[in-house]
Amino acid sequence: MSSIPASQPSQPSTPGLGRWVVTILVAAIAWVAAYTHLTDIADALVRLIGLERGTHTAEAVHFFLYDTPKVLLLLIAVVFVMGVVHTFFTPERTRSLLAGRAAIFNYLLAALLGAVTPFCSCSAVPLFIGFLSAGVPLGITLTFLVAAPMIDQIAVVMLAAMFGWKIAALYFGFGIVVAMIAGLVLTRMNLEDHLEDWVRNIQRGVGAASTTQTQPSWPDRFDGAWASVKEIVGRVWPYVMVGIAIGAGIHGYVPADFMAQIMGKDAWWAVPVSVGIGVPMYTNTAGVIPIVEALYGKGAAMGTLLAFMMSVVALSLPEMIILRKALKLKLIAIYASIVATGIILVGYLFNMIL
Amino acid sequence: MKNVKVLGTGCANCRNTIKLIEEVAAAKGAQLALEKVEDLQQIMTYGIMATPGVVIDGTVVHAGGIPARNKVESWF
Repeated sequence: MSSIPASQPSQPSTPGLGRWVVTILVAAIAWVAAYTHLTDIADALVRLIGLERGTHTAEAVHFFLYDTPKVLLLLIAVVFVMGVVHTFFTPERTRSLLAGRAAIFNYLLAALLGAVTPFCSCSAVPLFIGFLSAGVPLGITLTFLVAAPMIDQIAVVMLAAMFGWKIAALYFGFGIVVAMIAGLVLTRMNLEDHLEDWVRNIQRGVGAASTTQTQPSWPDRFDGAWASVKEIVGRVWPYVMVGIAIGAGIHGYVPADFMAQIMGKDAWWAVPVSVGIGVPMYTNTAGVIPIVEALYGKGAAMGTLLAFMMSVVALSLPEMIILRKALKLKLIAIYASIVATGIILVGYLFNMIL
Repeated sequence: MKNVKVLGTGCANCRNTIKLIEEVAAAKGAQLALEKVEDLQQIMTYGIMATPGVVIDGTVVHAGGIPARNKVESWF
C-alpha cells in the first residue's frame, strides 16, 4: 500500500499520466516476452530438475510450471484492464441506464452491463435494492444479478487463451442469453411478493443515493486498477495454485481418453451431474480453468466442462446466503433453479454444436 | 471528534477499510468515534449500492471497494 506514489500525503493525486503510460508500456513488453516463452521456460525448468519427459511425474510438473505463470499473467492483465473499464461503469451509472421500461432491449442491456459493472457478492443486496428503489423492474434487476457473476471477464479471456476465441464468444453469448431468459421467466411469475417486507418498504420510499461522484482522472483510473490487481490477485492466488495442482495431477496421471467415458459427449447424464457438483463448490474462475483445461485434454466434452464451470462461478452458496436477507427462500430457490436449468441447456447445446 | 461509520456486511473489504481508517487516523492523530454498521436494513437507509461504504458525520463519502489511502487521508 505505502509503496504507491499516490499514497504520499504531501502530493495527494499528482502522479503524472506520463509515468503511468511508461510503466504500462514497459510492463506490457515484459508481459508479452514472458507469455510467448512459457513453453521454453517450463521445458528448461523440467530439464533443470532432471526429469525425463514422458513420465507421469514429468508431465504433471511440466503442466504446473507452464500453467502457473500463464494463468497468473493472464489474471493480472485481465484484472488491470477490467479495473480501468470498471471506472467507466459505476453501479450508479448502470442503474440510471436501466431504470424505467421493461422492454426486451433493456434485458439485453442489463445482461451486457452485468458483464462489465464491478460486482462483488457482498454488494449483491445493496445493489439489488438500489436498483429496485430507483424503479428498475425486478426482472431486469434479476437479469443483471444472473449475468454479473456468470459472465466472468476472467473466464472469457482465459477461455480464449486456452481454447480459442470461438469458445470464448460462445460462452459469452450463451451467458447473455441465459441471463435474459432467467429475467424474463422470473418477471412472468409475478414474484414481487417474495421480497422480504422491509425491501418492499424501501422500494416505495425514496431513499435514493445522493453521493455525488466526480469523473476520475486517468491516473486515478490506473491507480484504481492497480489496487484491484493487488487486492484480487492477492486473494485469489491460493485458489489458482490448488486448481493448477489438481489440473497437473489430472494431466500427468489420468489415462488419455479416460474422461471421454464419464464426461464425454455420449454420457448424457454428465451435464446435470457436473452442474450438481459445481453449484456447492466455491472457488473462482481462475482456479477452475486449469482443471477444465486438464479434463478437456483427457477427452471430456466442452459443453459438459463449461456447464460445470458456469455453475461453480454463477451459483455460490455464500451469495445465496447474502441474498436471503432481501429475498424470501422461495424466490431464491426459483432463481437458482432457473439459472441451473439454463446452464444445463447451454451444456447440451455446446456438446451438440462443437 | 469525527463520527465515522463503516457500512458493510462483514466481508474482507469492509474489515480492511476499517483497518485502513484506523491506521490513517492514528498516523494523523485524529480523534474519531468509529462505528461498524453491519445491519443491512440500516445500511440501505444510506442509499449506497456497493459496500463498504463510509459515512462521516452523517454524509456518505465513499461507496464500493477499499478507499484509496490518499482519499482516507483527505477525510481527517
